[in-house]
Amino acid sequence: MQRAFLLSSLGITLALGACASSAQANTQITWWHAMGGALGDKVDQIATDFNASQENYTVKPVFKGNYSETMTSAIAAFRAGEGPDIVQIYEVGTATMMGAKGAIVPVYQLMASADVDFDPEGYLPAVTGYYTDPDGNMLSLPFNSSTPVTYYNRERLEQAGVEEIPRTWQALGEALQKIVDSGAASCGLTTTWPSWVMLENYSAINDVPFASQANGFEGTDARLRFNRTAVVDHIERLTQWQDDGRFAYGGRFDDAAPKFYSGDCALMMGSSASYANIKENVDFDFGVAPLPYDADVVEQANNSIIGGASLWVLDGLDETHQQGVAEFFEYLSSPEVQADWHQYSGYLPITQAAADLTREQGFYADHPGTDVAIKQITIGEPTENSKGLRLGNMVQIRDVINGELEEIFSGDVGGQEGLDEAASRGNALLEKFESAHQ
Amino acid sequence: MSAPFQRHRLTPWILMAPQLGIVLVFFFWPALQAIEQAFYVEDAFGLSREFAGFANFQAVLSDKAYYQALGTTLIFSLAVALGAMSIALLLAVMADRVIRGARIYRTLLVWPYAVAPAVAGVLWLFLFDPTLGLISGLLGNIGIGWDHKLNGVQALALVIMASVWKQMSYNFVFFLAALQALPKSLLEAAAIDRAGPWRRFWTITFPLLSPTAFFLLVMNSVYAFFETFGTIDTVTSGGPGGATTTLVYKVYQDGFVGQDMGASAAQSVLLMALVGGLTWFQFRYLERKVQY
Repeated sequence: MQRAFLLSSLGITLALGACASSAQANTQITWWHAMGGALGDKVDQIATDFNASQENYTVKPVFKGNYSETMTSAIAAFRAGEGPDIVQIYEVGTATMMGAKGAIVPVYQLMASADVDFDPEGYLPAVTGYYTDPDGNMLSLPFNSSTPVTYYNRERLEQAGVEEIPRTWQALGEALQKIVDSGAASCGLTTTWPSWVMLENYSAINDVPFASQANGFEGTDARLRFNRTAVVDHIERLTQWQDDGRFAYGGRFDDAAPKFYSGDCALMMGSSASYANIKENVDFDFGVAPLPYDADVVEQANNSIIGGASLWVLDGLDETHQQGVAEFFEYLSSPEVQADWHQYSGYLPITQAAADLTREQGFYADHPGTDVAIKQITIGEPTENSKGLRLGNMVQIRDVINGELEEIFSGDVGGQEGLDEAASRGNALLEKFESAHQ
Repeated sequence: MSAPFQRHRLTPWILMAPQLGIVLVFFFWPALQAIEQAFYVEDAFGLSREFAGFANFQAVLSDKAYYQALGTTLIFSLAVALGAMSIALLLAVMADRVIRGARIYRTLLVWPYAVAPAVAGVLWLFLFDPTLGLISGLLGNIGIGWDHKLNGVQALALVIMASVWKQMSYNFVFFLAALQALPKSLLEAAAIDRAGPWRRFWTITFPLLSPTAFFLLVMNSVYAFFETFGTIDTVTSGGPGGATTTLVYKVYQDGFVGQDMGASAAQSVLLMALVGGLTWFQFRYLERKVQY
C-alpha cells in the first residue's frame, strides 16, 4: 500500500519535474517546532503565508512534541546527519546550543551573509539579551517569548474587598490574608512554573543574583547564588503562606492552572502566554497585573525575564537553504507577522515595531491586561541580574530546584536547608557542564 | 523426539533467525552502544568526545539522588509485583468458581491489559487530581487531604496503584489458566479427606501454582523496573522531590531531558547489571522452591 503510494508519487514527481524543468527550483526548508494545538495551527499559517508570499522557498513546519522532545529529536537527527534547517529550542536549552559551536549557524552570521534587511537594534533588549553572545551578536532568532504575570479573579477580590493587586510582596501578603479570612477563596495564590516565577524572576525583579558571573553570561564557571540572597526569605514566606492558606503549591509546569480555573485560588502567577488558555477556561471576570517586587529588597522593580523559545539554524546547509532561512526569518520578524503572533498567542512582541503596531491597532485598549507583560519587561535598562540566565544543564537544574521546593513546601525540610541542597546539587551540574565545554 | 532436529542442524537457526535478528538489533546493539558510551564524556551534539574511564560511574555512584532512586525502585517494584500478583490470584480464584457469566467477568478483568501504560496513568490521574479528581474530592470530604503533587508518599502510592491495576490483568490470565489446568482429582481427594477450602488452597492449589507464580514474579519484576515508565511519566514525572523517580525514569531524565549521555549510559549499564543479577538470583534460589 505504502509502496504503491511511494511509487505513484514518484511517478507524479518525475512527470511534474519533466514539465516544470524550466521553472526555478523550489527549495524546501524544514522547521521543527514544539507548538501544539492552536499555536501549532498558527505556526502552519505563518509558513503558508510565507510560502505564498514568494516562490523560491517552501517552509515546512513539523510538530515534534514538547520542548524537550523537540530538542532531543533535533540533536539525534543532527547526529545522524539528517537535522532540520530550523529548530525551535526553549530558553533553558540555550546554553547547550551555544556550547555546540560546530552544530549551529549563528543568526547574525546567517543574516549577514544572506542579503536581507536585519537590524538587531529593533528587538527588545530584554528578549534578545537572552540569545546574544558576550559581544552582543544574536545567535538565535527569538520567536515566542513570554514573561510571568499575575492573573487575578475579579469576583473573589471584590468579595474580599480587595480593590487592586498590590505592587509589593508585603502588601500582597495582607491582601491575600483578607481573601482567605473573608472566605472569598480557600487559597490566595498559586503559581505555575515554580522555579521560573519564584526564583528566577524574583531574583531579576529584585535585582539579586541568581548565579555568579552575571547569571552565567560571563563564563561557564558560574555557580548558583540563590541560597544566599533574599530568595531564601521569599521561599520561607511562601512556606508560611502555604500553612495559612495564602499560598498553595500546585505542581510543576502549568499543573497549577486548574486551581485558578476552578476558583479555588484567587490569584495565579503564570506565563503571559497563558492568557488565551485562561480566557477559554474560566467563566469569571479576570484581570492581569505585574508581578510584585519585594519592598525589603529594592525600591522599585527591575524588568522581569523571559521564558519561551527561539529558533536555531543547524549547520550543514548549502547556500540556497541558508538564503531561504534568512528570508524566512526576515519575514517572521516583520511587524505585521509579529504583531499578529503576539495578539493571537499572548507571547511578547519581539520587536519594538510590533509592539507599536499592536498599540496603534487598538489591541491593548480592547483587551485590557495584554500589555502588562510588555510593560513589565521593558521597565528599565536590564541589569546584570535581570538580563536573563545562561546556565548549562538548566533543564536539570530546574528539576532539582522544583524537587527541593516540593520538599520545602511539604514541610520536610526548612527553606534555607532545601535551597542549600538545591544549590549544591545544581552546582554539581554546572561543574559538569563547565568541564564538558572547556 | 529430538532425532529430526539433530539431522537438520540449520533448520532451527533459520526458524529462530527473525527473532534473533530482532533481539540483536533492538537489544544487543543498543546495549553495546550504551556500554561504550558509559565510558565517554560527550557534549549533546556528539561534536567532542573524550574517554573518561570510570568517571561517569563514579559520578553516578556518589550522587545521593541515585541512591534515592534505587530505594524508590526497590519499594516500588516490590509493591507492584506483590500487589499485582496477589490481587490477580484472588480474582483468578474467584473467577475460577464462577459458572454463570464467567466469560464476561474474565473479559472485563483482562481488559486493563489492553490499556497503554501512559493512558492508564492519565486515567488514575483524573481520579486523583488534587483539584479536579473524583476520588481526591471524596477523600477530602472524609478529612484526608490528597495532594500527590506535594506529598511524596501519596505520589508513590498513586503510581503503584496505577501500575498494579495495569499489570493485574496479565497475571490474572496466567493464574486462571493455571487454576483450570489443576488436576481436579487431587482437590476432590482432599475434600473427601475433609480438608476445608482454605486448607485445600494452601496445601494443594498454591504449591501447584508455584511454576506460574515464579514465572510471573520474574515478569512482574521486569515490568516494574522498565515498563512502568509511561505511567510514572504521565502521573508524576518523577516528583514530588524525586519521590517517584525510579532508576529507569532517572536514565530518561538525565539522558533525554538533560542530554547528559555519559551519565545516562552509565546508569543504564548499572541497571542492566542489577536486573540481570536479580533475575539470576530468582532463578538460582527461588526456582528451587518451585514444584514443577
